[in-house]
Amino acid sequence: MKVYYKTLKDLPREELFAPGHRMCAGCGAAIAMRWITKTIGPNAVIANATGCVEVTTTPYPETAWMHPYIHVAFENSAAVASGVEAAIKTLKKKGRWDAGDTKVVVIAGDGGTYDIGLQSLSGMLERRHGILYILYDNEAYMNTGIQRSGSTPKYAWTTTTPVGTALRGKVQWKKDIMGIVMAHRVPYAATASVAYILDMVNKIKTALDYTEEGPTFLHIFAPCVPGWRYPENKTVEIARLAVETGYFPLYEWDHGKLKLNPPSNNHLDKSKRKPLKEYLKLQGRFAHLTEQEIAEIEKELDAYWEYLGKLTQL
Amino acid sequence: MMQKTKLVEALTGNYAAAYAVKASDVDVIAVYPITPQTTIVEKLSEFVANGELNAELIHVESEHSALSAVVGASAAGARVFTATSSQGLELAHEILHIASAMRLPIVMAVPARALSAPISIHNDYGDVMNAKDTGWIIYIAASAQEVYDTIIQAYRVAETANLPAMVAYDGFLMSHTVEPVELNDEEEVRKFLPRPLRPYTLNPKRPVTMGPLASPDWYYEFKYQQATALREAYKVVKEVDALYGEKFGRSYGVVETYRMEDADYAIVTYGGAAYGNAKAAADMARERGIAAGVVRIRLYRPFPTMDVLRALEGVKAFAVLDRAIMFGSPAEGPLYKDIATVMFMHGVDKPAVNIIHGIGQRTMYVEDMYKIYTMLKERPSKEVVFMGVRI
Repeated sequence: MKVYYKTLKDLPREELFAPGHRMCAGCGAAIAMRWITKTIGPNAVIANATGCVEVTTTPYPETAWMHPYIHVAFENSAAVASGVEAAIKTLKKKGRWDAGDTKVVVIAGDGGTYDIGLQSLSGMLERRHGILYILYDNEAYMNTGIQRSGSTPKYAWTTTTPVGTALRGKVQWKKDIMGIVMAHRVPYAATASVAYILDMVNKIKTALDYTEEGPTFLHIFAPCVPGWRYPENKTVEIARLAVETGYFPLYEWDHGKLKLNPPSNNHLDKSKRKPLKEYLKLQGRFAHLTEQEIAEIEKELDAYWEYLGKLTQL
Repeated sequence: MMQKTKLVEALTGNYAAAYAVKASDVDVIAVYPITPQTTIVEKLSEFVANGELNAELIHVESEHSALSAVVGASAAGARVFTATSSQGLELAHEILHIASAMRLPIVMAVPARALSAPISIHNDYGDVMNAKDTGWIIYIAASAQEVYDTIIQAYRVAETANLPAMVAYDGFLMSHTVEPVELNDEEEVRKFLPRPLRPYTLNPKRPVTMGPLASPDWYYEFKYQQATALREAYKVVKEVDALYGEKFGRSYGVVETYRMEDADYAIVTYGGAAYGNAKAAADMARERGIAAGVVRIRLYRPFPTMDVLRALEGVKAFAVLDRAIMFGSPAEGPLYKDIATVMFMHGVDKPAVNIIHGIGQRTMYVEDMYKIYTMLKERPSKEVVFMGVRI
């Protein structure tokens, strides 16, 4: 990534995400929205998929958005943004766009990205629209009441993967969305976390600038207080532990090269990672896990790190 | 003022649609291939490739995304076009409701095609009729010339009423058959379609939030305004048709009639094949002593209630020939149900028969239509008549 902000003092001051929205206390996505809007600056159009962020920020006649903002449906935010981008392009050519260099940004949750929106995301990436697509990942359908998604990790409790005598939470592993995006050979894709603001804002800005070349993608890890079952003052701590334990590595895919970012750049050596248990034990959704199940998750995580290690060699 | 020189081309219905889009100087087109719509986008791709049309063409990965992309582009202030048929219209159905509720002036061509299953690529109006109550202005054209003229009119209407407009016509029977089409001077079309000042678009200089969440305190008002806007679009459709007639010499009204002045018996229908054959049948019936006429619904939504009432005022009995089946309805024909409602609301009680025909492009013979007139004269059926089917 390019470093636009070296210290906290360099961060953008202007607030473009209005207070008064209805997001939960301690919402990880709310932190992401504040920094996304500040970093992209006012000259951008936002297309938002249906989800937590959408319903909590636009209760008519109020809005938290100071940007031009459009929400159409759940599965099509990438297609809507494709239309916005094409419109700006052609109106510019015809001399009918008066707002200068306007960026187009998608904001969608994991349901709207991993599952129902995957097709329209793939179409947008393949067509090489100059759009920044930002996924805020809270690992389930939180807006409809905590149902499992393609992003929910194995063994996590949700309302549709309850913990019973026959089943122990979600049966399947979390989908590798970054792998899917990278396979589209986009100029830039990166993971980021609400616990690492400097890393996140520099990635947002980098990804935004690379939209000159084509589509870019950010996967932002955004803990959910009611969905993950933890006290609302633990959001940043949990997000940080997700990175420190290696559960959610920070990395970027920049023109075909994969690079791990601090502190994940030390984590190829497993001994530098905190024990996964420290991340899991703070969350009620994992409260039922046995030592054996934790060991199984750890084994899968090790295999994932081995895969990431190979990608860094590309 | 009418234009002086005439340019007439031999065009299919689909090419006529593409020429109208080019003349309308559309900015963004998003389309996905589906038979029988595909030749529209092929022609438009040619226009863009040759530099004859300065538009962004988005080759989307589905019809759902096609309509979503033109929603985004229209919201950003562009003039947009899309087209689809059958399953494509079904896939996009969710966004039909949203496009009209967001009051976006999108124009879409629909060469009508039967719905699966079993899969059929051929023509009936099952697709359009399933979309009839989604808040769009819906035209059903009956000739390639009318397709061309109506798409141009639809832009003016949509951009005046702030509602999307659909221009439907017979798949294959019109989309792939060639007719002479008089093309307008494109400069004159552009004068006829000035860019409207749209106060609410996605522009960072004037930010607005589109597509918000509405509580029970607000939702109903949104929907009432939308319903009212569609009703009021009737006047806009009429005005634009008249203005177009003054400028280009062709206009159609909202309901077209054939030999209805002194008719005792009428067939009411829509689309090119049904209308054409019904007219031939009316001629045949008149030769044989039956005062027969035809009423064609050109504007299907908003429904031209008073025009239909007036057209059928003098008849003794009429039949509504529907080319779609609404399963399980008291009568399976969608237009029949609309006209029955009109008659009931206005206290008109006369024999009215629902004929279903031309399903999956089953051939509708002129002789079949003639039999409708004799049936109306002798003993109008009280049951829905499924004509042309092997039972």
